[in-house]
Amino acid sequence: MGLTEQGAPARSGIATTRLDYALDMIHRHGINWARKHSLWPMPFATACCGIEFMAVAASRYDLARFGAEACRFSPRQSDLMIVAGRVVMKMLPVLQRIYTQMCEPKWVISMGACASTGGVFDTYAVVQGIDQFVPVDVYLPGCPPRPETILEGLMAIQRIVREEGVRSSSERGHGLQMVIEPPPGVEMGPGFGERSLGDRASNPVL
Amino acid sequence: MSMATGYEPSLHTAAEFGEDRWTLNFGPQHPATHGTLHLQLELDGERVVKCTPHIGYLHSGFEKLGEHLNYNQYVVVTDRMNYCSPICNNVAWHTAVEKLFGIELTPRCKALRTIVQELGRIQDHLLCLGAQALDVGGLTGFLYGFNEREGIYDLLEDLCGARFTVSYTRVGGVVRDCPDGWTDQVLHYLREVLPPAIRDFEALLIRNRIFVERCQGIGVISHDDAINWSLTGPVARASGVKRDLRKDEPYLCFEDGWDGRGAPAVDFKVPIATTGDVMGRVLVRLEEMRQSARIIEQVIQRMPDGPVMVLPEQDVALPDKREIYFSIEGLIHHFEKIMTNKGLEPPVGEAYGAIEAPNGELGFYLVSDGGNCAYRARCRPPSFINYQVYPVLIEGHQISDVVAVLGSLNIIAAELDR
Amino acid sequence: MAVAEAIAALQERFPELGLAPQPLVRYADGRDSGQLWVRVPADRLLEVARFARDDERCRFEQLCDLTCVDYLNYPDAADRFGVVYSLLSLSQRHRLWLKVFVNDPEPVVPSVTRIWKGAEWPEREVFDLFGIRFEGHPDLRRILCPEGIEDHPLRKDYPLRGRGEREAFVPIDRETA
Repeated sequence: MGLTEQGAPARSGIATTRLDYALDMIHRHGINWARKHSLWPMPFATACCGIEFMAVAASRYDLARFGAEACRFSPRQSDLMIVAGRVVMKMLPVLQRIYTQMCEPKWVISMGACASTGGVFDTYAVVQGIDQFVPVDVYLPGCPPRPETILEGLMAIQRIVREEGVRSSSERGHGLQMVIEPPPGVEMGPGFGERSLGDRASNPVL
Repeated sequence: MSMATGYEPSLHTAAEFGEDRWTLNFGPQHPATHGTLHLQLELDGERVVKCTPHIGYLHSGFEKLGEHLNYNQYVVVTDRMNYCSPICNNVAWHTAVEKLFGIELTPRCKALRTIVQELGRIQDHLLCLGAQALDVGGLTGFLYGFNEREGIYDLLEDLCGARFTVSYTRVGGVVRDCPDGWTDQVLHYLREVLPPAIRDFEALLIRNRIFVERCQGIGVISHDDAINWSLTGPVARASGVKRDLRKDEPYLCFEDGWDGRGAPAVDFKVPIATTGDVMGRVLVRLEEMRQSARIIEQVIQRMPDGPVMVLPEQDVALPDKREIYFSIEGLIHHFEKIMTNKGLEPPVGEAYGAIEAPNGELGFYLVSDGGNCAYRARCRPPSFINYQVYPVLIEGHQISDVVAVLGSLNIIAAELDR
Repeated sequence: MAVAEAIAALQERFPELGLAPQPLVRYADGRDSGQLWVRVPADRLLEVARFARDDERCRFEQLCDLTCVDYLNYPDAADRFGVVYSLLSLSQRHRLWLKVFVNDPEPVVPSVTRIWKGAEWPEREVFDLFGIRFEGHPDLRRILCPEGIEDHPLRKDYPLRGRGEREAFVPIDRETA
């Protein structure tokens, strides 16, 4: 099945219409529009957050609305790693191996308090934040994060894709270099705008 | 070897076949390993000759942490233990703690704990069956299971304010009474939402020829072996072991006279299968969900009134929030209970308390030196004890049975490794 | 109480051990929890365990749990490690706890895996987290902690936050990945 040309007469119903629509959107918004709606996540699900991630993938929250329902468990086929749950010292080498196996461009979500900071598990075995050992793009708060938070995290990755395109991780440099815009009509408190809109280049870890 | 001449078994010795074996590493990051299990499989073609499970990929030091958190704080950590049914862990932990303190609960607290424990069981079995269906290739079962779980999440959210990690119990009671109309919501869920869901589930699973053929006669363990390997819960009951702590060592509302006025124990049946295979475990779990619904209905019909915490004279109860905020005595009392150098004063000694969790006997062995925190907080995790039998179950089976048997044991990695 | 008969049977069979049942906890008002434990010397453990499983009055078919407690700094404790065997009888519906006390520097306990197969992993776990060796265990390796760690984390002299094991990894960043 090839793409129909722009303006060609629609021959067979829905498929043609959808392709036209997609082509039209790509013309208008660029190729990143398509890319951000086809993120393939790899759930590195270790603990409780994995169950919440499964809940997001299931019927009520329906990750497919964001085009990210194609969970690939092979790192070579996926471009978004979701580290859901605590990572302990026996698991960290596995995590690093899987991160290096993923193809560029790749993004990482550190989901939940345990993956981001160790959470309540300040013990001998738990790594106190995976960002010490692998790069992380988006952190999700919560223990575990509610499904709405997970969707927000996914949308943050989509905004990164929209702004940065598919530049590889090394070109993206250290940390997140984007601003999460407040929803329309919501005023953020003083300091929020200046700090995040300020000199982004000189402050790489905003 | 002898492709051209056809298969000639007499030409080959067993030693030659031995050299053909190859090793497959299954996990630790694999969708069917339910988290972080790692199996080292030695294969002869498609047949599993030897299986060595490696665990510890989620060992987070729960028991060490239990020695540094006090008896009320640790309930937060138990939430993260068996994350399919967090609320059952809460109940188990405080059952053990109350055994150590020698506390008798109030009737309403017992009723509430029974309700939430059985809700947790339904929640766990829905996930387990959904994941079982997913593992043998039926994604629909997973979606159905999670859809009904969301209903329980909503109920728990109304009750405790958190959807997932609930931390509902406290020493001597529960954190707060249920809101008005909550029991009606539970009844609505149990009468209107759950039964059609279980019917659908049953139709999807046990009338599905592919599912049945992949589950029947797989991973069999006999009655005596199940006992000798210390199996508990649905895995043991599928092998015909008549063992359920709710019947054998009754606690909460499963005990006669639980409300102090001679109420009879809750009436329910313990489903037993005799086949000991994966299908038996599926059937036991399906029936247990129905029995849990029956239990909750009975408890709600006989729901007693009264406080949900033991009286302050027992010196373990946290004071009511209204007292803390509006009276100086309440505030002082509260501080005395939560300050690290004061806190609760258990007797010096040891205690073991266990409940029938969805996976089996979940118990805590507590050692106290009279201090604020436990001296040792050992958890008897059903997943850990059940999982050690896995190599026995799988050896000699095909590689496609690996996930089917694994799913039927319902291994929860956080409870396995703690 | 059924467990009293089981203890009586054990006392009859092993009079020289002087098995005296004690409650696990005694409350301030003099009651106890009804859970009894007996002390068994390590060199006679296997005999006692086999008898407890097979005898008509004991019938402890199942080893419900096996764990260990490090009694360092515990009030009035004479020995350092107590290995706790939680026995369960399904037919008689009673429980009994056996405790075997061992000490540094070479804590060794005979393995009960020949009697209860379910002891296999709990014994490995105790070996891993407490460093107690189980003689006759078929496969005594570390189970929870990674290979290469020398400490035994659940010992009381091991700090909660560890000795830096959790930081000892090579970070990978965007350039090196």
